[in-house]
Amino acid sequence: MIKIDVDMAKCQHYGQCVFEAPSVFELNNDDKLEYTATADDSERANVEAAIDVCPMQAIRIVE
Amino acid sequence: MSHPVLIVGASMGGLRTAEALRRFGYVGPITVIGDEPYAPYNRPPLSKEVLAETVSHEAVAFEQRESTADVNWVLGTRVESADLEHNIVTDANGDVHPYSALVIATGLRPRRLNVANGELRGRHAVRTLDDAIALRADLKPGARVVIVGAGFIGCEVAATARTLGCDVTVVAPGIHPMQQSLGTELATEMQHRHEAKGVVFRLKTAVTDLVGESSIEGVVLDDGTTVPCDVLVEAIGSHENTEWLEGNDLDLSAGVLANNDLRAMPQNGDPWNNVFVVGDVARFPNPAYDDDARQIEHWNIPTETAKRVAQVFTEQAQGEFRPIPSFWTDQYDNHLLAYGVLALADDVKLIDGDITGDCVFGYYRSGKMVGVCGIGMRSVVQSYRSNFV
Repeated sequence: MIKIDVDMAKCQHYGQCVFEAPSVFELNNDDKLEYTATADDSERANVEAAIDVCPMQAIRIVE
Repeated sequence: MSHPVLIVGASMGGLRTAEALRRFGYVGPITVIGDEPYAPYNRPPLSKEVLAETVSHEAVAFEQRESTADVNWVLGTRVESADLEHNIVTDANGDVHPYSALVIATGLRPRRLNVANGELRGRHAVRTLDDAIALRADLKPGARVVIVGAGFIGCEVAATARTLGCDVTVVAPGIHPMQQSLGTELATEMQHRHEAKGVVFRLKTAVTDLVGESSIEGVVLDDGTTVPCDVLVEAIGSHENTEWLEGNDLDLSAGVLANNDLRAMPQNGDPWNNVFVVGDVARFPNPAYDDDARQIEHWNIPTETAKRVAQVFTEQAQGEFRPIPSFWTDQYDNHLLAYGVLALADDVKLIDGDITGDCVFGYYRSGKMVGVCGIGMRSVVQSYRSNFV
């Protein structure tokens, strides 16, 4: 399992992460980011890609 | 020891290329040369949040990944020339850097006004961290700020400066701000929203001269009027940093021409096998749209092109490279999000929401959707993205 942390003070809900790791990140009906705090190891590459494209650099994998 | 993969340009495109090379299994040496003194940092906040807050490299630096800990960073070093036949790059100190493969990631620099009386304090551009630090210091409440250029950067700076309490005038040759990208209806609406905040637009107008002794005092327009000015922001587009590549057989007519694998193209003949182009400076065909090679100066392109180069270099590329451009802009509480290439459209239609509130526009070429852009309504905007895949 990997643990995912999004700094919600930084997050501006741009939603760029959604297309990189759709099983982890989504924008809800109010256009706010929601994410799962943990994910399977197989999601690591997708979450890394989400980290790359976050305009606010707000996403981290917590080891 | 073998020569390194040499990445010229230490911004996002260069960093992401180094990371992607490691991710796809390249274990050999990597050197990154950059002319700025800073390790790679995130540029989008420079025209937005950074201008509104205290500026520091720490606040915008990209996190260093373990995978790239052994990358050799040569910062504060400008590259002077390249000899692609002999696989060497020479920097401004005269040091020669041999390479096994070259990645061109030198990006763009701001175009500046070409005026006679140019040596004045108070002139600014917005591209680098140092640019943002210098501009931030001048954006004092009550300062008379003139922004030349009404594209996304100009409009973001206008919104930020206005929010900081500056008097803001935007001078531009177009009919409405951001019109080339957004289309007339949305551009007109954005102009109204800026005007409601107190921004003055001087459109269909060009700057002919600057007034001032040692610091800027006014901007002379082509209708003969002079706009008083303490702070001038030049947001009039960019030049590609390709001079160092001259004298090689490359097509540098606009950026660096590359094929769909991001291999640099000679003016005639086959692509260079060991020379790649990433980021803003790359002009490449995207079959998601057509056969025309284009530069795409959008947020996700450095990362996407870097990944493609790493896949091609390690012989793991599959299928065509069809990145979907993505960008956003924040102006006051108007949050615009877009996908696709809006500027290709011959028809623009409101497809959801209300033009005076949150809304979504579709951009069509010959009836086929080529882009989508919304103010707010991000989930709706995102739902259209699959049209471009």
